[in-house]
Amino acid sequence: MGINKKTQSCLAGLALMGWSVMAQAAWEFNFQVPATKAAQTVIDLHNLMMIVIMIIFIGVFAVMFYSVFKHRKSKGHQAAQFHDNTMVEIAWTVVPLLILVAMAWPATKALLNMRDTAQADITIKATGYQWKWGYDYLKGEGEGIRFISLTATPADQVRGTAPKGENYLLEVDRHLVVPVGKKIRMLTTATDVIHSWWVPALAVKQDAIPGYVRDTWFKAEKEGIYRGQCAELCGKDHAFMPIVVEVVSAEKYATWVEAQKKQMSAAADEVGKTYSLEELKSRGEKVYAANCVACHQANGKGLPPAFPALDGSKLAKGPMKDHVNIVLNGKPNTAMAAYGGQLGDGDIAAVVTYERNAWGNKTGDMVQPADIKAARK
Amino acid sequence: MEATHVHGAGHAHGDDHAHHPKGIMRWITTTNHKDIGTMYLWFSFAMFMVGGAMALIIRAELFQPGLQYVEPEFFNQMITLHGLIMVFGAIMPAFVGFANWMIPMMIGAPDMAFARMNNWSFWLLPPAGILLTASMFVPGGAAGTGWTLYPPLSIQMGIGMDMAIFAVHILGMSSIMGSINIVTTILNLRAPTMPLMRMPMFCWTWLITGYLLIAVMPVLAGAVTMILTDRHFGTSFFNAAGGGDPVLFQHIFWFFGHPEVYIIALPAFGVVSHVIPAFARKPIFGYTSMVYAIASIALISFIVWAHHMYVVGMPVAGQLYFMYATILIAVPTGVKVFNWVATMWRGSMTFETPMLFALGFLFLFTIGGFTGLVLSNTAVDVQLQDTYYVVAHFHYVMVAGALFSAFAAVYYWLPKWTGHMYDEKLGQWHFWLSIISFNIAFFPQHFLGLAGMPRRIPDYALQFTDFNQVSTYGAFGFGLSQLLFLYVVLKAIRGGEKAAAKPWEGATGLEWTVPSPAPYHTFEDPPVLTESKGHA
Repeated sequence: MGINKKTQSCLAGLALMGWSVMAQAAWEFNFQVPATKAAQTVIDLHNLMMIVIMIIFIGVFAVMFYSVFKHRKSKGHQAAQFHDNTMVEIAWTVVPLLILVAMAWPATKALLNMRDTAQADITIKATGYQWKWGYDYLKGEGEGIRFISLTATPADQVRGTAPKGENYLLEVDRHLVVPVGKKIRMLTTATDVIHSWWVPALAVKQDAIPGYVRDTWFKAEKEGIYRGQCAELCGKDHAFMPIVVEVVSAEKYATWVEAQKKQMSAAADEVGKTYSLEELKSRGEKVYAANCVACHQANGKGLPPAFPALDGSKLAKGPMKDHVNIVLNGKPNTAMAAYGGQLGDGDIAAVVTYERNAWGNKTGDMVQPADIKAARK
Repeated sequence: MEATHVHGAGHAHGDDHAHHPKGIMRWITTTNHKDIGTMYLWFSFAMFMVGGAMALIIRAELFQPGLQYVEPEFFNQMITLHGLIMVFGAIMPAFVGFANWMIPMMIGAPDMAFARMNNWSFWLLPPAGILLTASMFVPGGAAGTGWTLYPPLSIQMGIGMDMAIFAVHILGMSSIMGSINIVTTILNLRAPTMPLMRMPMFCWTWLITGYLLIAVMPVLAGAVTMILTDRHFGTSFFNAAGGGDPVLFQHIFWFFGHPEVYIIALPAFGVVSHVIPAFARKPIFGYTSMVYAIASIALISFIVWAHHMYVVGMPVAGQLYFMYATILIAVPTGVKVFNWVATMWRGSMTFETPMLFALGFLFLFTIGGFTGLVLSNTAVDVQLQDTYYVVAHFHYVMVAGALFSAFAAVYYWLPKWTGHMYDEKLGQWHFWLSIISFNIAFFPQHFLGLAGMPRRIPDYALQFTDFNQVSTYGAFGFGLSQLLFLYVVLKAIRGGEKAAAKPWEGATGLEWTVPSPAPYHTFEDPPVLTESKGHA
């Protein structure tokens, strides 16, 4: 039937393609270089399983292909008529079972280790928002530091109007900085939908579930920058909320903590200050660009009906109280998040002021940080 | 084989006077299992084309990094609809179609047990298909949640989500009625001389699948109804602020979702268990252990659901339990693979298109099974969950598994349906094009997943570019190859070499005792099976 030849040439072609693909280093085909013992354990486990699987696979299909080539009608092979063999059937039930039990043992050990979050040096909470991550240093050195980490890949790179950078889609404005060799316990939660905090080189992936707190941990063995992404579909910009963990020496970490604390105390002072309309607007434009454009768009037209327009909207031109309220507390069952926990009083005052005075909205209204502080109560 | 010898075969030829309306009314009012089977199969193929077009939109966007053709929200709608349409619109109806056509003929029954309900279960499908596809065109578009419809994301969606929920309800009703019908037919309408343990394997797989469907479709209906009431009636099943839990939905969904995998896989196993013995000219090896393996796979499928949820943060004891239970499934699945290989061993094989697809199934489904074993290992799964590795894994199971088996079934039974042999040369072209392009499309996705590419993203980091391009080439090749399949089927319908009642030398079973094409009514009197050691 000519299939024999066809089969052989096709298989040869496939194998050749496979090899030429493997030969090029640029084609990443395996786990990322591990930065934690847990990540190394995963790789070892995976390798072990692959070896066992390959042996079984080759064994089974050697038999099948032998049969396919030898026991064919075109070669005059007569069909045997056996159809049962109890011993064989028991053997191929029991032997795989034993192999699987043997494989379950290292898997159990690795898992128990992965889930042991006790005795952490530093505890950090990662909060998933649509579509960014917020970090709170809850315990250990750096306690009290909190910030939002936003994608740093510009929209024109995504749209193809600018060349893509080296870390395209895997870069953020503020790294999660942690010291090397310390056990970091990560708590995960979310405010809107389910996200998942994943850094492959650290072998850490934990869903961030709104209303609940989960935990996981890692202890980086090497200084460096490790990049990951949200791993649970969380809406429109799921692909655009990267995670960057920067592992630094203990000294560098101490310096970083110092600098963060200074910045935060400067921000706390601003509540007492009063700003001009122009100051608020220009600051608000930046806050808007970082937090609001994904849905409401740079031109304020939104993407109705899911993401309503702000330009000319009843909300942005109506009573100030409602506007501040929705920015602080969000709108239930929609993608509009509560920004009260993410942004300081100054930023919220600025962005509300901006929204009421940008595009066609010329209300001339402004709101001061002190008003926001009052509205929070 | 002796077992298939039928006394008084004259009855089996039945009467071919079809007392039915002509034209479109024939199809709307028909209660004939063959007509309904045909409609299921054409509906399935139409949905396969729609879902396939969506897959090509996805792959086109993923050809290079950056956003080129579609917006992220539309991309999310495409992955959702692709999944829902392929699972509920293409694969499931295809196997119900085979069941309708073949089960009555395999067991010597004149028709399905509930012929009118059979009509109703088919005609529920088009409205559901229309609801799903039309949801793209309503304000806000279709659900952009992935086929898993996880809340709270599904709570945020627009009216497209409600349409998807109603479509799932309707599809669920159709499936439940279809499976009640199949189970009843198999249990009550077998020829009196056919005991359960001599029943054809396809009937066994469908009997067990029928029970699975009846057990889990109501669970899915409950889950999506809870989303509906959370969305519109102020309940908080999945809203922590109201005392609910988003993860609850995942538990309910996967309690349906995992058996669903086997609802798709088991009838595929059944088809392969017919095709391999037929072309090896040798009885199936280990019939009894095959039946037990199917039953144990079905039972275990109820107790492994949370292996889809290893990273939601369940207690470690839960993770361990679900890991062990999942690993256990490899045992009966292995038994089936070994049995198929043993069936071929020392046979007298020929390699017509059905056999090629069955072998393709066996080879690639085993790869999908092995990657499933890798994923069952919780510690490893933490790295692979929600990556392209998972996408590769389930496409090996769903496409190379279920779909290839469906192709095998079509080529195997097409002579019986149409009375014509299909074009063997083109059929083999279809096989080789499909299997090669399938592997080009999906094998690289294992590498993407290992290297850390999340699934369900319209844009990706630069290091994933090369394999994504390869995958897109493969996907387009695979999609275009299916047009050849359509051509081969149409060609066989319109003409071709006349098919004998039993066109395959090694085929066994009652369906081959009636003429080709099968008369409109068959087995109005039950056939009598003679004693034999083998199985029908």
